[in-house]
Amino acid sequence: MLIRIFPWTLLLVLALFPLVAPLFDFTYYVGFVRHLLIVMIAATSLNFILGYGGMAALGHAGFIGVGAYTVVALVDAGFTSAWGAWATALIVSAAFAAAIGAVSLRTQGVYFLMLTLAFSQMLYYLAVSLRTYGGDDGYGLHTPLTLGLGLGDAQGRILYWLVLAIAALLFAFLNRVAVSRFGYALRGVRENETRMAALGYPVYWIKFTAFTVAGAVAGLAGALLACHNRFVSPSLMHWTESATLLVIVVIGGLGRRWGAPLGAAVWLTLAEVLKLYTDYWRWPLGLLLILIVFFAPKGMAALLDNRGKSP
Amino acid sequence: MSLFIAEGLFKHFGGLIAVDRVSLTVEPGEIHALIGPNGAGKTTLVNVISGLLPLDAGRIILDGVDLTALPPHQRVRHGLSRSFQITRVFNNDSVLDNLLLAVQAQTGSSFRIFGRRADKSGLRERAIELAQQVGLGEALDRIARALPHGAQRQLDVALALAAQPKLLLLDEPLAGMGPEDVAEMVALIQRLCAETAILLIEHDMDAVFQLADRISVLDYGRVLTSGDVAYIRDHPEVQAVYLGTEAAR
Ligand SMILES: Nc1ncnc2c1ncn2[C@@H]1O[C@H](COP(=O)(O)OP(=O)(O)OP(=O)(O)O)[C@@H](O)[C@H]1O
Ligand SMILES: [Mg+2]
Repeated sequence: MLIRIFPWTLLLVLALFPLVAPLFDFTYYVGFVRHLLIVMIAATSLNFILGYGGMAALGHAGFIGVGAYTVVALVDAGFTSAWGAWATALIVSAAFAAAIGAVSLRTQGVYFLMLTLAFSQMLYYLAVSLRTYGGDDGYGLHTPLTLGLGLGDAQGRILYWLVLAIAALLFAFLNRVAVSRFGYALRGVRENETRMAALGYPVYWIKFTAFTVAGAVAGLAGALLACHNRFVSPSLMHWTESATLLVIVVIGGLGRRWGAPLGAAVWLTLAEVLKLYTDYWRWPLGLLLILIVFFAPKGMAALLDNRGKSP
Repeated sequence: MSLFIAEGLFKHFGGLIAVDRVSLTVEPGEIHALIGPNGAGKTTLVNVISGLLPLDAGRIILDGVDLTALPPHQRVRHGLSRSFQITRVFNNDSVLDNLLLAVQAQTGSSFRIFGRRADKSGLRERAIELAQQVGLGEALDRIARALPHGAQRQLDVALALAAQPKLLLLDEPLAGMGPEDVAEMVALIQRLCAETAILLIEHDMDAVFQLADRISVLDYGRVLTSGDVAYIRDHPEVQAVYLGTEAAR
């Protein structure tokens, strides 16, 4: 029962938060939660390929960057519709993911990791070299994108609610996929690729499909992040960003429904709190990672999940 | 024409020739056994026939269809299925979930991302049928990794059967089994040959002599000789190469 109503309660609380926050002088945290939700979207997409598909990709931030720079390119060209920009970001990053996946997925394990890393670093240096979009200095989006439909601009609380809606829908969608025929096949590939091929599964195409979907979703997260920050720079896709996403998914719980949201929430909240007290906020986070790896190797979601098994 | 024809199969790993121009056939309803000492290239042969390893040269034809250029999953679709010498099952899943996944591959697209994998599609009935066929009907909810070795081997074979193959490649199905499990597996293989032709790789000579219609002997990647049980049993070269090593162990 509790499990049933928990997601809806959480959604309600998150939806009401921007209305309640000003009463307690928490307005700053509306932006924080908005950012958190965007990171959750990216982490959920990584969990889809890493947790469910067993693909150890270390270049996921590259797709976030592709999404963000798609928005930059459109804005620079005078385009102002938020919906159009987000949809384009989704499509462009799907195309990048398909191209990168087509090559990387021919390898496995550490080679796959190195290839995805190499591609995302190429994207990083490509962004650095794009002088028209500010190169290293990044690109400021001075006017917010417009939503139309009487919703005004993609900023503030409206943007918060849209991000929340998108995060909730994507979360529901990817969890739905996990129990579909495709989801079972994807987990089968994670468990035993050779046997899956011998059973008659097109292993490569299963991985390719999952990788492309995950890249597209990460790209959408990047587009939302561009609107959230109103600023885009190559540092978005630095490899340490990919590593952070990986850590978030691992501490949250690989291949678990609540793994990515939980990991993102804990990681970002701790970082935020620790930054208040010390400049050396990274090492307690490192300590947390070590503790989790040793004492809860299946992630925090596994500790909450009394069934003790992924779906 | 034979059900299965392998022609001039060749496979090398660097300087090591593992499969050296092997040609063999399997007739409908036949159990063709392949024996040979350790490292003779038997598993490599199964790997190139099933497509898990690419061939360097040769042709593979099943039921008149040339499979040589096809990836493994399409070979399965054309009726070629295999088991594994080293058990390859989904260790963390129950017997039922193992079989559901195997059956799913045969029933419709696995690219459907909407909708739960429906139980009403008949997956479950077929999975249970398979479990019963190999003697795992009582073990449906057991986690594969916790099964005794013999039962794991049975599950491995059941996974291969899900494809309803025309030709089943069994790579040492008796490997590591105790006498009771061996008897059960031999009986199973005997029943199976009513449904499918079998290429049986096996070290256990008693079992081979009991099951096979025809036997080929593989040594250093080559087919040394081929014939019926009586012919192989009394073949001097075979005794030297294979039965000799068997006796020496
Ligand atoms: N992937 C590989 N890379 C390099 N050499 C290999 C590979 N697979 C097999 N070999 C070699 O090829 C030869 C044939 O091996 P294979 O496993 O096919 O023998 P086998 O007849 O199945 O033996 P066994 O009875 O022990 O199962 C061996 O010398 C083995 O070391
Ligand atoms: Mg072998």
